Amino acid sequence: MSARDLLPVILVLGVLAALPFLGLSGTLLNFLVTTLIIALAGLGWNVLGGFGGQYSFGHAAFFGTGAYATAVLQVKFGWNAWGALAAGIGLGTLVGLAIGYLSFRAGLRGSYFALVTLAFAEVFRILANTADITGGAAGLLLKLQPGLSTLQFADRRYFVLLVLAFVGLALLASRWLERSRFGAHLIAVRENEEAARALGVDALAVKLRAIALSAAITAAAGGLYVQYFLYLDAGVAYGTWISVEALLAPIVGGIGTAFGPLVGALALQGLGELTKHLAGGIPGVDLVVFGACLIAVIAFAPQGLLGLRRRAARGKAAPVGA
Amino acid sequence: MYAPQILIEAALNGLMTGAVYALIALGLTLVYGVLHIINFAHGALLTCAMFAVWGAFALFHVDPYWAMIGVVPLMFGAGYGLQRFVIGPASHGSDNNVLLVTLGLSIVLENALLALFRSDTRALDSDAALQVVELGPLLLSTPRVIGFLAAIAVTGVLWLVLNRTDTGRAIRAVAREKLGARLVGIEVDHVYAVTFGLGCACLAVAACLLMPTYYVNPRSGAAFVLVAFTIVVLGGMGSIAGALVGGLIIGVVESFSGLLLGDSLGQIGIFLIFILVLLVRPTGLFGARA
Repeated sequence: MSARDLLPVILVLGVLAALPFLGLSGTLLNFLVTTLIIALAGLGWNVLGGFGGQYSFGHAAFFGTGAYATAVLQVKFGWNAWGALAAGIGLGTLVGLAIGYLSFRAGLRGSYFALVTLAFAEVFRILANTADITGGAAGLLLKLQPGLSTLQFADRRYFVLLVLAFVGLALLASRWLERSRFGAHLIAVRENEEAARALGVDALAVKLRAIALSAAITAAAGGLYVQYFLYLDAGVAYGTWISVEALLAPIVGGIGTAFGPLVGALALQGLGELTKHLAGGIPGVDLVVFGACLIAVIAFAPQGLLGLRRRAARGKAAPVGA
Repeated sequence: MYAPQILIEAALNGLMTGAVYALIALGLTLVYGVLHIINFAHGALLTCAMFAVWGAFALFHVDPYWAMIGVVPLMFGAGYGLQRFVIGPASHGSDNNVLLVTLGLSIVLENALLALFRSDTRALDSDAALQVVELGPLLLSTPRVIGFLAAIAVTGVLWLVLNRTDTGRAIRAVAREKLGARLVGIEVDHVYAVTFGLGCACLAVAACLLMPTYYVNPRSGAAFVLVAFTIVVLGGMGSIAGALVGGLIIGVVESFSGLLLGDSLGQIGIFLIFILVLLVRPTGLFGARA
C-alpha cells in the first residue's frame, strides 16, 4: 500500500480522534462509541458481504461470540481484559471458519447462505439464553473497575480512542483488500465464481479467508461492546438487531468500499437519533426510517452514499450525455 | 418415560400446529417457486394479517373465521401492490437485492406496528379457545382442529388453482421459463404480483386460523418465519406438497422436542434440522433442483 492509500485513513481517524476532545457532552460521546462499534461490525460484514458478495444475515453469531468470550473469561475465569478480548476475537474467527467451512463446502450462496447464517445465529442465541456459563436469561454483568488492565476508562473519551484504533485496523484491512491480490481474488469470486475458478482461483479458500477476517472484525466489535456497556444477554449478543445493523451500515454507506461502513453507520445512527428526538417516546420509528433507507438505497443508489458522491463528481466532469 | 396418551396427544397437537405452519410455509414456497426469491417480509406480513383479524374482532366483533372474507382479499391486494410497486422495481432484477428489499420491508412493517400498537401482547377476548372436541380418550382443542382441516383444504384449493385455472397455468409457465412465458404473451410482472398476492392470501387464512388460540404483538410473525423457512427448505423450495408434509413434520418435531427438552431449548430442534437440511440436502425432500 502506498502513502496515497493510507492518507485518507489517517485523515478520517485524525478527525474522529479529535472529536471527543472538543468538549462533547456525555450523550454525544455515548453516541460516538455506539456508532463506531456498529461501524466496526459493519466493516467486518463488508469484508465478506461487500468484497466477497456473500450476504450474511447472521453476523450476530460472530459479534455475540466475541462479546460472550470477552465477558465470560473475565467474569468466570478471572482473565485480564486484554487477554479476554483477544480470545474473543480468536473464538469469533473460529466460529466464522466453522460456519464458512460448513456452508461454503455445501455450496450455499445467495439466499441459502443468508438463511443458514441467520439460523446459526439463532441457535447460538437459544444456547446462550439457556446455558449456565453465559448467565442464562439473566445475562452477565462485568464489574465496574476502571483501569488499563480491565480495559475500562472512567473518562469515556479514551474508550472512543480505543474503538477508533480497532476501526483504523479494520479500515486498513479494507484498504488492503482494495489493493491486494487476495482482494482481487475475492472480488473475482463475487463477480463470477465459475469464471474465477476457471482462472485458477481457489474459491473455497478465498471465501474461507474472507469469512475469517470478517468474523474477527465483527467479534472485536462485540468484545468492545461488552467492555463499554459492561452488560450482556443473549438478545443483545446474538439478536437480529446487530446482524441487521452490521449489513445496513455498509449497504447504506457504500457496499464493497473501505469507508462505506463508517459513512453508513454515522449517517444511519445520526438519522436514528434525530427521528427518535422528533418522534418523542414512540418506539420503533427510528427503525422504520432505517428500513425505508435500506429500500431507498437499493432502489435509487445501489452504490450507497459514497456512490452518490462519486456520481455527482462524475456528473460535473462530464455534464452532457455521460 | 411418558404415558402413551401424552405422546399421542403431543403428536396430534404437533400435527395440528404443523398444518397451520404448512399454510404459512405455502405462501413462502409459492413465491420462491415462481419468483425464485426468498421473501424476508413474510413474517411481518403475517403479523399485519394477525393485527387485521384482531382489529376486526376488537372494533366490530367480527368472528375470526368470518374475518377471512375481508382479510384474505385485503392481504392479496397488499401483496400484489408490494411486489408490483415496491419489491419488483426496487430490486432491479437481482436476487441479493430482493433479499435486502424484503428485509427492509420487514423492518418497516414490524416497527410501524410497534409504533402503532406498542409491544403489548393482544389476544381475542373470546372463549372459543377453551372449547374441545372429544376423540375417544383424547381431548382436542376445537380451534386447532378447525385450523388443521382448513389448512389442508386451502392447500388443496391452491393446488387446484395452480393446476386447473388459466391463472395457475400462467404462474407455472412463468416459474418454468420466464422468457418463454413472456414470448407467448403472458404479462410476467402481473403474474409475479399475483403470485405474491396469493402468498399473502395464505398468510391471511393462517392469521384467521391462528388468532382464536394465539396472541399477537409486533414480533409474533418473526417467531413463525424461521419455522416457515425450515419447512420450505425441508420440503424443497417451491414444492407445495413439500410444504404440507414439511409443515406436519416440523409441527410434530417441535411438539416432541418441547416435551423432551422444555420450551426454551425445544426450539433448537427446528433450527438444527434447518441447518442440517441446508448443508446436506439443500434441495429438500421434494425439491428437484438446487
